[in-house]
Amino acid sequence: MGIRILEGGALTTVQDRGRYGYQSTGFSVSGVMDRRSFQIAGALLGKRETGAALEAALLGPTIEFTEDVLFALTGADMKPKLNGWEIPMYHALLGKRGDVLSLGFAVTGVYGYIAFAGEMDVPVVMGSKSTNLKCRIGGYEGRTLERGDEIGILGAKTKLPNMYKRYEDIHAFTETEKEIRVLAGPEADYFTEEGMRAFLESVYTVTDSSDRMGYRLEGEAVASRRGVDIISNGIAFGAVQIPPSGKPIVMMADRQTMGGYAKIANVATVDLPELAQSRSGTKLHFKMITIEEAQKLLRREKAYMRYLYRATN
Amino acid sequence: MEGFVIRQAGDMAVCVEFGNEVSETCNAKAGSFYRSLLAAPVKGLIEAAPAFCTVTVYYDGSVIRYDRFAALLRKRLLSLKEEKRASGRTIEIPVCYEGDYAPDMMNVSQHTGLSPKEIIELHSGRDYLIYMLGFLPGFPYLGGMDERLSTPRLPAPRVRIEPGSVGIGGKQTGIYPLASPGGWQLIGRTPVILYDAKRETPVLYEAGDRIRFVPISKKEFDALDERGGN
Repeated sequence: MGIRILEGGALTTVQDRGRYGYQSTGFSVSGVMDRRSFQIAGALLGKRETGAALEAALLGPTIEFTEDVLFALTGADMKPKLNGWEIPMYHALLGKRGDVLSLGFAVTGVYGYIAFAGEMDVPVVMGSKSTNLKCRIGGYEGRTLERGDEIGILGAKTKLPNMYKRYEDIHAFTETEKEIRVLAGPEADYFTEEGMRAFLESVYTVTDSSDRMGYRLEGEAVASRRGVDIISNGIAFGAVQIPPSGKPIVMMADRQTMGGYAKIANVATVDLPELAQSRSGTKLHFKMITIEEAQKLLRREKAYMRYLYRATN
Repeated sequence: MEGFVIRQAGDMAVCVEFGNEVSETCNAKAGSFYRSLLAAPVKGLIEAAPAFCTVTVYYDGSVIRYDRFAALLRKRLLSLKEEKRASGRTIEIPVCYEGDYAPDMMNVSQHTGLSPKEIIELHSGRDYLIYMLGFLPGFPYLGGMDERLSTPRLPAPRVRIEPGSVGIGGKQTGIYPLASPGGWQLIGRTPVILYDAKRETPVLYEAGDRIRFVPISKKEFDALDERGGN
């Protein structure tokens, strides 16, 4: 076997990179909220592609190992303990049969990742193991994990070369005020100059009605020229929609495929992890960058992941 | 093909716009571009999502730069022949317009002044273009309902609409692929499972196809019922 869930936590799901190829029929992409933390966890365990991992939101799960397997924890700091002893995050560690891994409330960040050296044995649904809660597909029976659920780990590894190198600096999500880089959105011209200025120069606060679907922000209303209704079109990860209230909503992993509100901007992909890990109350400053800068940062991110994989494997 | 605009939608997507209106002409352009991407993907392509008059194209911005990707799309678009009409398939959906499956038939009859028989004839008497799928998996935005059938939504939405329900909401008609809350006037139900994640093709139709509702009796509904009765 692999693992048994003793406590489910607040919202623990199986996620991978996402379910691509079905947006044309109305299926959300889903997938991890913080791709960077998720990929680091995989790299520490010798995986070029992380595959599927557990994603926990705010309150982590308690898990019993039913088989020996290496694991790694990244993302939000949920003060992890193994059999009651504090353990480090961003390290490859061995969980032995009968060991209990317990995560508590996140002290920093929102989303924590638990990856295993092996493949999580849940069915591939439409090309992905990601849980889509709305459609109740993917992951573990299409739902959040609960006490008593068991998931096998296929090809579980208990040893990897260079164990002493399998760690990475902790990415702490401690900042309560952040700069988030954005690109102009497809409907940026729907907004007045003052509207755009408000968006880029005032401060927005992450509200507690933020979830895997979208982050709702509080702050100065963004003024449009002639309303914000558009003929519905596709919504990318990080798209910043302006609804009639003028208060921005950033669309996240579980966003619907199509939307009818104008999109003033799109968060640069490299800043999505930092945004995803922003708790309610976090203050955001949006900074406009060009597509050239954003894609240069994307290539740098990819190079960092390659470097990390090589340095630890 | 001409008359398109390519806009950035972040560093991993572009939105190709074929006019800013809900029309068969714009939708046909979007459809043929979408199908051409499916048939012959361009470098960096992840997937594409067609809507009323746009196609949002998702790509890997770490593999190909925006200007290069936009150039590939432009080249493809210019090489495409213009289609005046969507060239999709016509999908027949059997619908029982009777009894419990048509709880709001009398509402629609009262509002329109048409008899149930006339409503069924008008509703099933033409093909509906699927402009796009969205809102729910497999939920088709259909165009072209006979205006005589227009009926406002229910004053209070239902908490649960059964999968397969066919309804009218204002000037639109549609079909619910899975259980959902909703305020449409329900005039029928199909026994066909429209969406099944385990099927090789989870949704039976795609944007650009046309739907034809074929009236069936309660008995035929039971014989065809893929859910095994509910």
